[in-house]
Amino acid sequence: MLWEVDVTLRDASFDHAAGEVVAGARVLGVGDCTAARTAAGWLVEGDLSRSDIERIAATLLADPVSETFVAAEAGAAALDGTASDLPTVVHVLPRPGVTDPAGLTAAEAIAMLGHPGVVVRSLRKYWLPRMPATEAAGLARRLLANEAIHDVVVGPLAIRSLTGGGRWSFVRHDVPLEGLDDDALAQLSRDRCLALTVAELHAVRDHFRGLVRDPLEIELETIAQTWSEHCCHKTLTSPVEHEGPAGRVRYANLLKETVFAATQDIRRRRAAADWCVSVFRDNSGVVRFDGDHDICVKVETHNHPSAIEPYGGAATGLGGVIRDVLGTGLAARPIANLDVFCVAPPDTPAAVIPPGVIPPRRLLAGVVAGVRDYGNRMGIPTIAGAVAYDPGYLGNPLVFCGTVGIMPRGRAEARAEPGDLVVVAGGRTGRDGIHGATFSSIELTSDSESQSGGAVQIGHAINEKTLTDFVLLAAEERLFHAITDCGAGGLSSAVGEMGVDLGAEVDLDRVPLKYDGLSATEVWISEAQERMVLAVPPADWPQLARIAAAEGVEATAIGTFTGSGRLVLRWQGEVAGELDCRFLHDGRPRRTLHATYAPPPERPATWRPDGLAATLRTVLAQPDVASKEWIIRQYDHEVQGASVTKPLLGLGGGPADGTVIRGVLGRERGIVLGVGLRHRLGHLDPYQMAAGGIVEAIANVVAAGADPDRIALLDNFCWGDTRSPTTLGPLVEACRACHDMALAFDAPFVSGKDSLNNVFAWTAADGTPRELSIPPTLLATALGQVADVGRAISPDIKRVGSRLVIVGRSRPDTAGSQLELAGRVTGGRVPTVDAAACRASVEAVARGQRAGCVLACHDLSDGGLAVGLAEMAIGGQLGVRLRLDAVPFSGEGGPTGAVLDLAIAFGESPGRFLCEVPPEGEQAFAAAMGDVPWAVVGKVLAEPVVDLVGTAGGVERVTVAELATAWRSLAEEYS
Amino acid sequence: MLAPRALILRAPGTNCDRETTHAFERAGGIARRVHVRALAERPAAADDCQILCIPGGFSYGDDIASGRILALELRTRLGDVLRRFRDRGGLVLGICNGFQVLLQTGLLLEDTDGGRQATMAHNTCGRFVDRWVRLEGRGGPCVFLQGLDALELPVAHAEGRFVVRSAAERSALEAAGQLPLRYAAGTNPNGSEADVAGACDPTGRVFGLMPHPERFVVATQHPAWHGRLDPDQPGTGLAMFVNAVRAMS
Repeated sequence: MLWEVDVTLRDASFDHAAGEVVAGARVLGVGDCTAARTAAGWLVEGDLSRSDIERIAATLLADPVSETFVAAEAGAAALDGTASDLPTVVHVLPRPGVTDPAGLTAAEAIAMLGHPGVVVRSLRKYWLPRMPATEAAGLARRLLANEAIHDVVVGPLAIRSLTGGGRWSFVRHDVPLEGLDDDALAQLSRDRCLALTVAELHAVRDHFRGLVRDPLEIELETIAQTWSEHCCHKTLTSPVEHEGPAGRVRYANLLKETVFAATQDIRRRRAAADWCVSVFRDNSGVVRFDGDHDICVKVETHNHPSAIEPYGGAATGLGGVIRDVLGTGLAARPIANLDVFCVAPPDTPAAVIPPGVIPPRRLLAGVVAGVRDYGNRMGIPTIAGAVAYDPGYLGNPLVFCGTVGIMPRGRAEARAEPGDLVVVAGGRTGRDGIHGATFSSIELTSDSESQSGGAVQIGHAINEKTLTDFVLLAAEERLFHAITDCGAGGLSSAVGEMGVDLGAEVDLDRVPLKYDGLSATEVWISEAQERMVLAVPPADWPQLARIAAAEGVEATAIGTFTGSGRLVLRWQGEVAGELDCRFLHDGRPRRTLHATYAPPPERPATWRPDGLAATLRTVLAQPDVASKEWIIRQYDHEVQGASVTKPLLGLGGGPADGTVIRGVLGRERGIVLGVGLRHRLGHLDPYQMAAGGIVEAIANVVAAGADPDRIALLDNFCWGDTRSPTTLGPLVEACRACHDMALAFDAPFVSGKDSLNNVFAWTAADGTPRELSIPPTLLATALGQVADVGRAISPDIKRVGSRLVIVGRSRPDTAGSQLELAGRVTGGRVPTVDAAACRASVEAVARGQRAGCVLACHDLSDGGLAVGLAEMAIGGQLGVRLRLDAVPFSGEGGPTGAVLDLAIAFGESPGRFLCEVPPEGEQAFAAAMGDVPWAVVGKVLAEPVVDLVGTAGGVERVTVAELATAWRSLAEEYS
Repeated sequence: MLAPRALILRAPGTNCDRETTHAFERAGGIARRVHVRALAERPAAADDCQILCIPGGFSYGDDIASGRILALELRTRLGDVLRRFRDRGGLVLGICNGFQVLLQTGLLLEDTDGGRQATMAHNTCGRFVDRWVRLEGRGGPCVFLQGLDALELPVAHAEGRFVVRSAAERSALEAAGQLPLRYAAGTNPNGSEADVAGACDPTGRVFGLMPHPERFVVATQHPAWHGRLDPDQPGTGLAMFVNAVRAMS
């Protein structure tokens, strides 16, 4: 019997979802929808009587005080609702096969009530005013549902059962490659969504020719997953011929000779003082923390899934990177998350949004909600992040999720041994995310939603939380030799990676399934979430299984790591596929790629000056600069109790630079996290884009008190279609910048990730094919350490009478600045990193902090000096008087007069800091500065106003309250 | 005299158990984390404990409603154990999700003839919010709040709007001192009736609150501590744990 239970609020005035429908319909201009009501609905199938379902609804599904419910057979008239003015009923429910976390949880709870084995699907139900069914469906599709994962049903539900399908029985499926010409091979790759090149398919064909047989579907899929850009970074590790401003260079392996090489040099230089533990090998980079602990960090992207389903894409992106940390060494405990989103500006006109693209506001709200619901449920504080805006991200937004972990020393190394059991633990396997790895390696098109809907995953955070609890308990007892997460490529990648030197035999029919009917290939490549693979010595398996049961986690031995060097897949005893591990991991043909880069012509500055105060208010309200409070407060950024420097702080809730947490509760040593992103320079100068981002990340953590001698870096490259030499060229420039900055700051890269092919293709209304590529984007993440969190520094100003001191030289660096975005200038000098000077500033600031004469410290980035100053005043709720003529500025031949003031106040020269120094500390501060350019540029006032004194002596005044209002204006819009 | 023992009850989705353990230990207690399934299998694990705490988190994902399933599990599998624990003089504390759970177990506010007296609904802003609030202790029997009349703590929840079934029941609870913790004027983050942030049973020994006292046991957890507070001084949240430990010493 299939029952439906609809739960509604007794007091309709609290029905938020209804309010959102009405408001959303008005904004979209869809339907005449002036009122609505909503219900949380549940479809419950099982051997249940009416009194059973009534009891389930009353004790489990509805709150006795605030809610009321109707329970009836699905489709019954009793479920139509009673409000005569709202006769249109719309159901939105997960498509069959899409993970339904609430439904799964409800089924478990119903089992607790004594009814095991029921199947539950959750739904949202809406009652709307009278309107045609097609109009209601249109409204639902645009506002209430995402067709990649939801079905929309207008009127009574016709479903009579939630179950169906039978167990798959083995069918041998050969894929002949012989006799196919190159066009046919390319077609085969496209049709099967393999993302393999013709050259790669030649290698596959030749390999199987040697075996005198055709590949089986499951073998071809395994190769496609393993060789995908997503899994093996074939572009960045390829040989590259590059022609750039510095002449022609040849790299045998681009990444190895740039980013890795810098890290190796630094480690060699540091010798015994090297604090890297495990870099570029495992699922995250591991460095030394204190005497007992190492810490690790990883940042991942989940761009394509988030473009199609923002909520699920972002949630599973975060879920994936959390598992990366959990799957590092012999497991690390996740202790902090970060997220960075790159989206199109919120005011992008609807007319320029291509078909198939989710409008930027809805997209951003979706990804924020995804991170919120997953991160908060995991109990990991989301402590750092950024939102960057650019029209280039319209079709292909970027979603970066990162996690920091901690582990006892000595657990960073892990290796499966022959004879170990292959154990899969966590969530069950379904059709979720089939082809995620290859999908992320292909460009998006306006049809991606329909073509690759299966690649979208929905997270079930509670599964990941219990999985984490289980893994960490098992790690304490040392019950496994190795662990990795099931990410892109699913079991095929996880088992493949762990068994790369050993080989493995896997019985795919033993993998626990969400529902019957999956083929062996689907089981093998499914990217169902919340699963880890462990290599478990047979002697430890009983204890591991006991812990899993106690924690409510499903753990199943599905095979053995053998030592044969062969990967053997079986289904009910029959061999379903067999591959040579050496071919799988080393058989991919390498091809030399070509890259060129020619700098764009310089753009001399053209000015449209305005007053300093007015410009400051405008710039503070720009999306990149404006307060992210509406996002930050949706995240639990304090759970785990280790928080020291929060993303919003001071008496006025101003922004932090780097955020700080304790590594271990009750101990003094802290972890500092910061990010840098100069995407607006991507098209102007990719080297400076990357270098500036790295300097920004470093300045962030140093401003917060991090020791400049203990900074680890991460790179995340997001690029367009690098098959084009002119797109690959800028990537090579960015890699060079990573190499140079790492060496200049003595800060090693410890991990990284790339996401290429971030291009959106569609057909315009006039029939012409169009393409939109993202700007070259490097996200730099800095993981710093502070010896004593009691000495962490925040940017909010604190004491009347203090001096404000700028450290570092300013230049008229306006190209790509917030000032340019605000329309006050076009072009100008590209902000250029002088690495030696920036390093000197960083060291000087750290010396000043150690000398105890810095009360507040802020690094200057977006919006330059004026914005930094405003943020310090907002946080401290005190006033400031700033003298622009005192700023060390090199602008020979550059701007003069009113324009000069704007250039000094808003230029974005990298590597500068603004410090609050009390009068009694000035001498010590001066001593700490050495020969670094610095100057007293202002003082702290009791009255909460900002006085901006121009170079000609004119004063403009703006109150701190006015600045705060401007800074919070965008957040208000989203609230 | 041995230090009092606190049992930190964890369940699938509990996520504030470690810092709550730390808070009890800072307060001079001995704290042990125990999984709800383990306690159901061996209820004697609670016998040597004087304090039982249900910490914050998203028990069972809060996928149906906050705390709903853990409350159901406690009622069906551990109802007698919890009542015995309370009746022999033990202290029970529910923080955030733990408060949401306690409200649905009947252990904190007994059901009346009309059924359950109060519940926790979605915040009026419609979403999760993490922010610091000022709080007022209103005196009365609550063991945990003795001597606390003003404090600052963070809240972090989506369902924290305290709703009582009727005005008459609310008056009765107020009169009995069972609504002893309120958000200070202007800082109510969720639309709770009468600014209620915490509630206790008539004895004051069973107490639940939405704010997180374990997130302010040391000054560095405060958002404006830098340059203003001694980093090693205790936070005002610690006092609740100290009160509990002292009461059982």
